[in-house]
Amino acid sequence: MKINDITSTSNRATREGFGQGLLELGRQNPKVVGLTADLMESLQMQHFQKEFPERFFQIGIAEANMMGIAAGLATGGKIPYTGTFANFSTGRVYDQIRQSIAYSHKNVKICASHAGVTLGEDGATHQILEDIGLMRMLPGMVVINPCDYNQTKAATIAIAEHHGPVYLRFGRPAWPVFTPEDQKFRIGKALHLASGKDVSIFATGHLVWTCIEAAKELAAQGVSCEVINIHTIKPLDEEAILDSVSKTRAVVVAEEHQRAGGLGDAIANLLAHKLPTPMEYVGVNDSFGESGKPAELLDKYGLGKKDVLWAVKDVLDRKK
Amino acid sequence: MPDTQQLTELCTQVRRDIVRMVYNVQSGHPGGSLGCTEFFVALYGAVMKHSPKPFRMEGKNQDVFFLSNGHISPVWYSVLARTGYFPVAELATFRKLNTRLQGHPATHEGLPGIRIASGSLGQGISVAIGAALAKRLDGDKRWVFALTGDGELEEGQCWEAILSAAHLKVDNLVVTVDWNGQQIDGPVEQVMALGNLPAKWKAFGWDVLVLEKGNDLEAVIAMLRKAKRRCGKGKPVVVLMKTDMGHGVDFMAGTHKWHGKAPNAEQFEQAMAQLPVTRLGDF
Repeated sequence: MKINDITSTSNRATREGFGQGLLELGRQNPKVVGLTADLMESLQMQHFQKEFPERFFQIGIAEANMMGIAAGLATGGKIPYTGTFANFSTGRVYDQIRQSIAYSHKNVKICASHAGVTLGEDGATHQILEDIGLMRMLPGMVVINPCDYNQTKAATIAIAEHHGPVYLRFGRPAWPVFTPEDQKFRIGKALHLASGKDVSIFATGHLVWTCIEAAKELAAQGVSCEVINIHTIKPLDEEAILDSVSKTRAVVVAEEHQRAGGLGDAIANLLAHKLPTPMEYVGVNDSFGESGKPAELLDKYGLGKKDVLWAVKDVLDRKK
Repeated sequence: MPDTQQLTELCTQVRRDIVRMVYNVQSGHPGGSLGCTEFFVALYGAVMKHSPKPFRMEGKNQDVFFLSNGHISPVWYSVLARTGYFPVAELATFRKLNTRLQGHPATHEGLPGIRIASGSLGQGISVAIGAALAKRLDGDKRWVFALTGDGELEEGQCWEAILSAAHLKVDNLVVTVDWNGQQIDGPVEQVMALGNLPAKWKAFGWDVLVLEKGNDLEAVIAMLRKAKRRCGKGKPVVVLMKTDMGHGVDFMAGTHKWHGKAPNAEQFEQAMAQLPVTRLGDF
């Protein structure tokens, strides 16, 4: 597909995609159960709760307990979906996830909303930017960060078919919807959005759209970008990445996360071993966030379109 | 079902196994293991309906058990082996490289009988609640049992779990607290006093049973059966079980000092002399 052919049809929050996906999944699969730690509507889980009240557990503000209960439900053959903010889904309960879910290989889907700075006004206490790193370090954990409403909905449904722990990360704000409504979600299979020859842009989550917009601008300037949506950070689609990089020989990685530990580091690790290549990060540089509007925060913390443009320019300079 | 005499003999053999396992590898936790021997023998030998072979993770239509204080793995491994979950000879591999009998229980190596990893404390009650809720959703009428330490109750997650089990009316759950009053750094009362433990559980909405003689096999069996009968009435049930840490080996008994320490050769011989050889035979 050509970059200019990718257009947004509407703005909807990825968390709404999660809520709709969970409802549809609940209708298909009676083993699916939901849990929340007092954030049911923030996660849009009220649709599932209303239709399947006996399969939904309100655990209160007790995330550690929620993770343990989810592990127990999984032991009994259920497929639990836990729902709280990304901060409380990871850092707050790291040991519970590590021992009772990851090491015990429980079929728990840890569903995390309000990730990153686009949470906005609540500020840094809630804006986790380390969660991808924390979760991808856990052996056997699948880590997914879909890019829009449709993809989040599809991912929510698809992960029930994978037996094992999954971290599904999404966000709060309304965000451009541009992936097809009927697109099948395949864990670990990167989505090639636009072909190009000068630079490979790998992006995950909200920043996929930002990179599409940047690539359109670059196309007008005569820079041909290959844009690939890495919705699954672990397992990483190494083949897709190496195929693209072997062609372009320049890489930009964009994510709403710390530069340390996220998708950028995952790709840098791959390339260091298999195909050393000039690479630039678009990510938060060793900093906490702060209160503000999502667009203002993305701009201030180096996650905007301008930052992708600079990163491409820098990497193309290094490529010469 | 084995008679009390057989189960008493099993208790002695389990104690021999515990001391021998810990001595063999010069590490592990004999104190709490010895103190909970009657509990495990009662549970697996007389109280639970369970099926060692084939072991099924989901435990449908069976009673299932979760150990929250995973460091007392020696007693659990011994009882699992001696009730048919895996070969008794495998006890010799405890804590050694490539073993299924990890220092703390784990599902990772596929040891039959283990349904969740434990060791990092405070998580087991939550897990047991989840398993009990799964049984409720499935219309499965069997019970979920769990054991936690008393010092372990210092972990905040325990109280999150205790609060939620009552709120969710998880009444197919029997939690037992190993109330031995000891933890690594000393008596629980000195490290972090628990105060009026029965009153605390009661205030959190549980049906509270106190067992004064946690090292009296018949008393333990009777109490766990009573706890099962108290289920199904809208409340989770807790058994506060007073035990003697290190019970059965005089120099290990009643002190925190043998929480996580292995005996030397002389102490080993001394302990073995107090635990007569049984017809079951050592591993």
